[in-house]
Amino acid sequence: MLKINKSNLEKLFNAISEKQNLYIPCNVNGKTNYAVYGEGAQVDLETLKTVKSAKEVFFPQCEDIVSFKRNGKAVEVIDVRKESEDFTVFGVRACDLKSFEILDTVFLSEPVDTYYQTKREHGTVVTLACNYPEESCFCHTFGINASEPKGDVTCWFAGDFLYWQANTEKGLNLTKTVESLFEKATAKDEKEVETEKKEIEKRTEKLPLYDLTTEGWGKDSVLLEKFNSPLWQSLSEACLGCGACTFVCPTCQCYDIKDFDKGHGIQRYRCWDSCMYNDFTMMAHGTPRPTQMQRFRQRFMHKLVYYPKNNEGTFGCVGCGRCVEKCPIHMNITKVMKAFGGKKND
Amino acid sequence: MTNDRLIPVPGVITEIRRDTPDVKTFRVVGRDGKKPFVNIPGQCAMVSVPGVGESMFSVTSSPETPYMEFSIKKCGCVTEWLHSAEVGTEITVRGPFGNGFPVNTEFKGKNLVFIAGGIGLAPLRSVINYVRANRADYGKVTVVYGSRSKDDLVDFEEIKNEWANEKDFTVYLTIDRPQDTWDGHVGFVPAYVKELNLRTSDTVILCGPPIMIKFTLAALIELGFEKTQVYTTMELRMKCGIGKCGRCNIGDKYVCKDGPVFRCDQIDEMPNEY
Repeated sequence: MLKINKSNLEKLFNAISEKQNLYIPCNVNGKTNYAVYGEGAQVDLETLKTVKSAKEVFFPQCEDIVSFKRNGKAVEVIDVRKESEDFTVFGVRACDLKSFEILDTVFLSEPVDTYYQTKREHGTVVTLACNYPEESCFCHTFGINASEPKGDVTCWFAGDFLYWQANTEKGLNLTKTVESLFEKATAKDEKEVETEKKEIEKRTEKLPLYDLTTEGWGKDSVLLEKFNSPLWQSLSEACLGCGACTFVCPTCQCYDIKDFDKGHGIQRYRCWDSCMYNDFTMMAHGTPRPTQMQRFRQRFMHKLVYYPKNNEGTFGCVGCGRCVEKCPIHMNITKVMKAFGGKKND
Repeated sequence: MTNDRLIPVPGVITEIRRDTPDVKTFRVVGRDGKKPFVNIPGQCAMVSVPGVGESMFSVTSSPETPYMEFSIKKCGCVTEWLHSAEVGTEITVRGPFGNGFPVNTEFKGKNLVFIAGGIGLAPLRSVINYVRANRADYGKVTVVYGSRSKDDLVDFEEIKNEWANEKDFTVYLTIDRPQDTWDGHVGFVPAYVKELNLRTSDTVILCGPPIMIKFTLAALIELGFEKTQVYTTMELRMKCGIGKCGRCNIGDKYVCKDGPVFRCDQIDEMPNEY
């Protein structure tokens, strides 16, 4: 384990960003999101939850797929893919890290999504333990430990220092490039990190959502029984269909594909989309989900039943709590989980 | 970099056939004159008009053909554009997508009953022509096909001149309402199916509008067919075709990769959201 004094962090970020792009939570106009580190960047490692999750680094909100040129009757197809350059993303919390694993099951399963794959291969993930988990956090519900995120490198803040522990070959390679800025952590230092981890666990136990369980959900739940429950109607009653929950969600991966005619060529791109929108499944003969109740149900059934059934029980939620904070009607996945919890729906 | 299933290839429209007032069949080959990719009956392809959009269509031609055909009904931006296209125009295609019909496993050696309504004939045509090309591998074939009117029967010439003359093929056609130039059967497919003395041991492949599927399936069950004998295809909005864009799921199944072909007993286990 290595350590660096907090006052030297800027040097660390400068050193990393000299060689490659460094994505790091930055405050821009009062909102903290992952951004490329550069001169004048207002790095913000205090804010636990960036507005948009870290998934954006690997799965951008908007991304070019292919472009076309039309010449009379002929169409030219232009592959716009670029091999990604190496980059580092710093400050990823345990929940967002887990979301990468979930996105991997989608994008890296055959047939592989090469746009995502190249970024995953070239990205080094430096995680950061959450010293003070917040009221809306419930990552422990999904077996995630906020005090011990893995990734290529794990970092902890304790006392005046940032502690740095490389976990993988990628992590070791990154460490080599910045090693001179660090000191070796002593046995006493390591003990301090251990103490901080225990403190984090204690703080987690005091969180209001600590008792939330996945009981009744997951791969063994009876799909049609959950789907046909009358509870969906009342739970979704106030849903505005704004889609905010899906855009801040680190595991939502639905996307749209659109063409944009630039006048001198056509750009086909993909962008995040939301199952909460009424045109999401619209076809020439109508939509299979005409009501907001159905769209609401789809989102939660996907995270809590469909995804686990297809992925050996892993849930499609990481408990980051962004949707808990952002929903304008204060409805969220924790309320859905609780509403079904322990009650028989017959 | 390896190929990506999201990147299409150019396809040249080499022939356009008007099937009905609102359905045209487009023959497409790659720039090299060969078919853009190999498909099995029932699989689909993403056809796109760059700048207009991209839509999923079943490949209606059978795998043996050196080209690909799509029977397309005019009902949106992409289809509207295609209907006004001329021979020689290039579009783009990518695929194949989906599981296709089990022509080399569950269908092999069986008597097959094809029941189609309207444009629902398009995916079945690929299987029917595959069966014709590999005639020895399958038993008796019955085709029951219905449409709104005589003019709305897709591939009427091929049905009349080729399928009806094929050995051990029986073709039954019906239209919804009487028409001056029509001396065949008049009536809806579900009712017609009940009159036909179908062998309840045959395997059924059913495709058409949702309402037609619903009532025909009920008629088949009434006749004594099991849901495990009946295959159908589902369709939902799609963007990627490879189970990633999240659009075409019915419960935990994605129509684009787990379907579009499902057995009717499998559909019973899915939420009623299609």
